[in-house]
Amino acid sequence: MSILVDRDTRVICQGFTGSQGTLHSEQAIAYGTQLVGGVTPGKGGTTHLDRPVFDTVAEAVEQTGATATVIYVPARFCKDSILEAMDAGLDLIVCITEGIPTLDMLVIKERLDATGRRLIGPNCPGVITPGECKIGIMPGDIHLPGKVGVVSRSGTLTYEAVKQTTDKGYGQSSCVGIGGDPIPGTHFNDILGLFQDDPATEAIVMVGEIGGTAEEEAAEFIAANVTKPVVGYIAGVTAPPGKRMGHAGAIIAGGKGTADEKFAALSQAGVSTVKSLADIGDALAESTGWD
Amino acid sequence: MNLHEYQAKDLFRSYGLPVSRGIAVDTADEAVAAAAELGGDKWVCKVQVHAGGRGKAGGVRLASNADEVRAFADEWVGGRLVTVQTGAEGQPVSRIFVEEAADIDRELYLGMVVDRGSRRVVTMASTEGGVEIEQVAAETPEKILRATIDPTVGASAWQGRAMAFDLGLSGRQVNQFANVFVQLSRLFHECDCSLVEVNPLVVTKAGDVHCLDAKINIDNNALFRQGDIAALRDPSQEDEREAQADEFGLNYVALDGDIGCMVNGAGLAMGTMDLVKLHGGAPANFLDVGGGATEEAVAEAFKIILSDDNVKAVLINIFGGIVSCKVIAEGIVVAVTQVGVEVPVVVRFEGNNSTAGLAVLEESGLAIAAASSLEDAATRAIAAAGGNR
Repeated sequence: MSILVDRDTRVICQGFTGSQGTLHSEQAIAYGTQLVGGVTPGKGGTTHLDRPVFDTVAEAVEQTGATATVIYVPARFCKDSILEAMDAGLDLIVCITEGIPTLDMLVIKERLDATGRRLIGPNCPGVITPGECKIGIMPGDIHLPGKVGVVSRSGTLTYEAVKQTTDKGYGQSSCVGIGGDPIPGTHFNDILGLFQDDPATEAIVMVGEIGGTAEEEAAEFIAANVTKPVVGYIAGVTAPPGKRMGHAGAIIAGGKGTADEKFAALSQAGVSTVKSLADIGDALAESTGWD
Repeated sequence: MNLHEYQAKDLFRSYGLPVSRGIAVDTADEAVAAAAELGGDKWVCKVQVHAGGRGKAGGVRLASNADEVRAFADEWVGGRLVTVQTGAEGQPVSRIFVEEAADIDRELYLGMVVDRGSRRVVTMASTEGGVEIEQVAAETPEKILRATIDPTVGASAWQGRAMAFDLGLSGRQVNQFANVFVQLSRLFHECDCSLVEVNPLVVTKAGDVHCLDAKINIDNNALFRQGDIAALRDPSQEDEREAQADEFGLNYVALDGDIGCMVNGAGLAMGTMDLVKLHGGAPANFLDVGGGATEEAVAEAFKIILSDDNVKAVLINIFGGIVSCKVIAEGIVVAVTQVGVEVPVVVRFEGNNSTAGLAVLEESGLAIAAASSLEDAATRAIAAAGGNR
């Protein structure tokens, strides 16, 4: 078991024939992902990486039976691509692209809520169920099929958490990068709920960062709904207020959304928090009693 | 991206928002001529910098004759303004704004911002206008009125009227305020703003609603479709190193420690800074080389870090996902060969091509220490910088 994706998930790629789409589709195929085709408007009817290319998402879905899509198109076209994927009936949309205008995301979020579709990202590494399905840009070889669910706002911090759970031999049930943007498609709470209900997930690692109140909301959700052990880490203790730290999301505004507040909220909710990101694996061992 | 007040007011005017007549000038002679052209017997002179708190810092002054206008320009043009929102060195002043003075009866506050919680643009208004709005928000949040704007419908006049009544406006002011509300929302959405503020929004002695100040921040991600606004950028108001980094697709923020950090990914970059701090060191900067780092960009990143004289050691932490450690290593070698490096460099490579990356560093013969783990990297960098502070 796993969440969101498994060996049977049929995936298409939007922006399939571009450089990013090609590079990461090759890696996904090599990993064993059922990547069944792609979309590049104007190149319909051709093949790429031995898979069919379609002009529209609707056509790709009809011909391949895909239920998920991954989007690598440039930021200025993402709103259109996401709306097209939603309209074609895809339930899982993973958008890797960074730099989407915030006002575009407000409209997308509105449509997501109205249609019940799920968007992972944007500005994220994607989703992986180790050994079964990799959708995104994460390096496959640091993962190990196993029992820890990982959810994170940051790409490279996800890799750190994953590596530590692999080094310990625990492995991961699924890993989800929800992205660092101020308006993400999916929030911590959505993924925490899925991990709580997933029999293969025995413990959860949650990696947050400064800015916004998503971690505080997650703390409330965990206190009320999550019975599995959770280890939490928040990046950005040293970030000065009012400074934008790369991710659009990582900005402390008006003294709200500081790392200290987030650590306190998570501890209060029974999450075992670590101040050093090198301690995630050890904290997991301690809170689960695993060797 | 931030706009200057005079630029923001031009935009306001193009949306039919009531602003005072004013002229932006670069010299004292131009300032005096501007006052003459505007006419009247009172002008407000304002320095144009990307920072709030100008009034308290002396950067806004009422002038009643040409000599006072000239004195203000002489004092500020070419100088630097230090406010609570700038660093100790302040922001350079190259332009001032001369504006006709308004007779103020009441000062209100009006602001719009993207609210993450409600996933909407939220409008905030308060009767407590003027300089202390942040204090009002912190101490008496009930005095801040809010209205959320539906992204698919836009702002409605009734929302503006409701807010106007709650602010105690009456008569023609109600529709004037509703118009400001609707037009400001149009501006916000059409120009891809991340923040718009009118502080203060005033009621004049004549009884009209009027925008006395204007502050606009634009979403950098949307500049590709805001060509006219992108052209208003003023690089003199930006940190030189941050602007230089931006040109190469790097995210750099200067801090006041002594350990230069180069990391891929914003989250890991913050996590690395936190780790340095946790072990008693002090990071000199935040630097995210990004996912698509080229050899050239890495070399530039290295030079930017070394241009900070406080840096006593450099810590490089790369978890290769998309980015290859080998590319990073080659960039470091290029930079070190070009500019030389007199401080110790500690490297931790993990993931994509980490072994090949370390091999490149080793073959270069440069004095670069490879760390075995994250903690090892942090503690060695701190020791190399001269130990805990």
